[in-house]
Amino acid sequence: MEPINKIKSVITPLNQKNVDTDQIISKEFLKRIERTGFGQYLFYHWRFDAEGNPLCDFILNDKRYKQSTILVAHENFGCGSSREHAPWSILDYGFRVVIAPSFADIFYNNCMKNGILPIKLEIGEVETLLQKEVYSVEVNLEDQTLTGTDGVVYSFEIDPYQKKMLLNGWDEISLTIQYEEQISAYEQKVKA
Amino acid sequence: MAKTIIEKIWEQHIVHEEAGKPDLLYIDLHLLHEVTSPQAFEGLRLNNRKVRRPDLCYATMDHNVPTRNREQIKDLIARKQINTLQENCEEFGIPLANMDHPDQGIVHIIGPELGLTQPGKTIVCGDSHTSTHGAFGAIAFGIGTSEVEHVLSTQTLWQAKPKTMEIKVTGKLGFGVAAKDIILAIISKFGIDMGTGYIVEYTGEAIRNLTMEERMTICNMSIEAGARAGLISPDKTTVNFLKGREHVPTGEAFEKEAARWLALATDEGATYDKTVEISADEIEPFVTWGTNPSMGSGITNQVPFKQDFSEASDQQAHEKALAYMGLEEGMALTDIEIQHVFIGSCTNARLSDLRTAASVVEGNKVHPTVQAIVVPGSQTVKKQAEEEGLDKIFLDAGFEWRESGCSMCLAMNDDVVPAGERCASTSNRNFEGRQGAGSRTHLMSPAMAAAAAIEGHLVDIRTFQLVNA
Repeated sequence: MEPINKIKSVITPLNQKNVDTDQIISKEFLKRIERTGFGQYLFYHWRFDAEGNPLCDFILNDKRYKQSTILVAHENFGCGSSREHAPWSILDYGFRVVIAPSFADIFYNNCMKNGILPIKLEIGEVETLLQKEVYSVEVNLEDQTLTGTDGVVYSFEIDPYQKKMLLNGWDEISLTIQYEEQISAYEQKVKA
Repeated sequence: MAKTIIEKIWEQHIVHEEAGKPDLLYIDLHLLHEVTSPQAFEGLRLNNRKVRRPDLCYATMDHNVPTRNREQIKDLIARKQINTLQENCEEFGIPLANMDHPDQGIVHIIGPELGLTQPGKTIVCGDSHTSTHGAFGAIAFGIGTSEVEHVLSTQTLWQAKPKTMEIKVTGKLGFGVAAKDIILAIISKFGIDMGTGYIVEYTGEAIRNLTMEERMTICNMSIEAGARAGLISPDKTTVNFLKGREHVPTGEAFEKEAARWLALATDEGATYDKTVEISADEIEPFVTWGTNPSMGSGITNQVPFKQDFSEASDQQAHEKALAYMGLEEGMALTDIEIQHVFIGSCTNARLSDLRTAASVVEGNKVHPTVQAIVVPGSQTVKKQAEEEGLDKIFLDAGFEWRESGCSMCLAMNDDVVPAGERCASTSNRNFEGRQGAGSRTHLMSPAMAAAAAIEGHLVDIRTFQLVNA
């Protein structure tokens, strides 16, 4: 996966809580056997009407946010289905960072495996960001900070192991294979 | 020191631990299906990797499969995905129950049926309802496709030790109240994200009194409360269920295993990071009115008012949900008319669910404005139900009797609820568009869904049974 450290962008405020992965990527788009090409389907039924015309009141159809690489949402983002197609569609659409007060566990993990940085901020901080219009920030993973163009700095926590994986874009399987001896030893012990 | 079952299983599966890192956890059983696995197999091929332990994997086709006219899948992309699983299993030597196999079914139904699911195991699958297997006292959780690839390649996962939560269900269930009502009541009372970061153990008298099938319904929907895994300590009910199943040892070996399983149960005096309690006596038959599983209520109530919610974000969510669902605040839940009924899914498509629904349906007719389908959870369930004549009861009443699969729970196949129409469903999610773009879902127990099919609107099963007794 692609390493991630500094990301500068206008933020896309999606002011909703409990956004489930069925909304992020609807089931009719899960039949592909590839990892790519899901961006066009991101939030499909919120972005388009039944005839496929863009719904102008949905934030992703607002031209001011077209180049945005940072999505901000309310609590419990990514709940429901474990489908990794959700982060695949977010990444393929162009987002590298998702900010929310809380994330569902499986979705959070899935982001980490795809070089998407999920940032947890305090509810009040997220609500402030959600109220902003065309507000740009710079994310710095190394420093664990988010700095607005008005100079406001937010700091965030992240597990050190996951931080290292994201900064380096490491393939986790290659790392785990180095523990082959321990895995085999475990299997021997259980068999005995 | 007294330990919970969660701590016991976790500690037994640590392959490697070191400060500043998650634990490297061994995985005992890896279940696979056609939708979340193709990219993982492709990853193995691209990196020239093998499946480390194909003998610990088991695959089936469930999400995409048609529930009628299976000979020819018309949807070409779905067909390709199904064929891809067949090819991948052949290439990597993974046991597969394909569409023609007598063991085919929803992955979370066939695991327990075959006895692959056992107490003390770590079980994963690229599906969030893997929590179902926790009913046996296993740590079972859903994973993404990258993790599927990781498990295929290494039989392990890096996992941060989760916090533990006890959900204690005291007292006894009343007449007409089902396991589904317990879990819907829990999610409604404590919220859709109460379990985030936790593994939940369900305890208490009401849980102990449940059958294994009912326990599976409860654990299945742990994820709807945000918990990746939910489990129940094994007891005699667990042991009796497993005895004689295909993948369970026999004779002396079984007795030894059974003793080991029972010893996994949470020790007296063990503590959890958090404990919540709910009384079974206060639980009514439940239905959802909104667009997530916490938006539910006892059937005797009304659709809530906006001012019932204090937080602005909840008021906004309530408004959006009612607009999507086409409901007015304050209307009686029993006045909600439905056009579809779905009895199926990994939550409620086991034999006992079909028996319960059939007992409600018997001698009645499906309401003329309702289209109702029964989708057994597996070919085994279907066969057993047919041996008991349940298919005939459903067909005589005007239900359709289908082949097994996930079907209308997520509508990846042809079983779709049309836009604007309403379904009484025994499945697990009522998200926008879950059963088809623009579809409206009301979650409930099999008995409640069966009664709704007869009446054409949501009903209180207790009243229905008194009237029809």
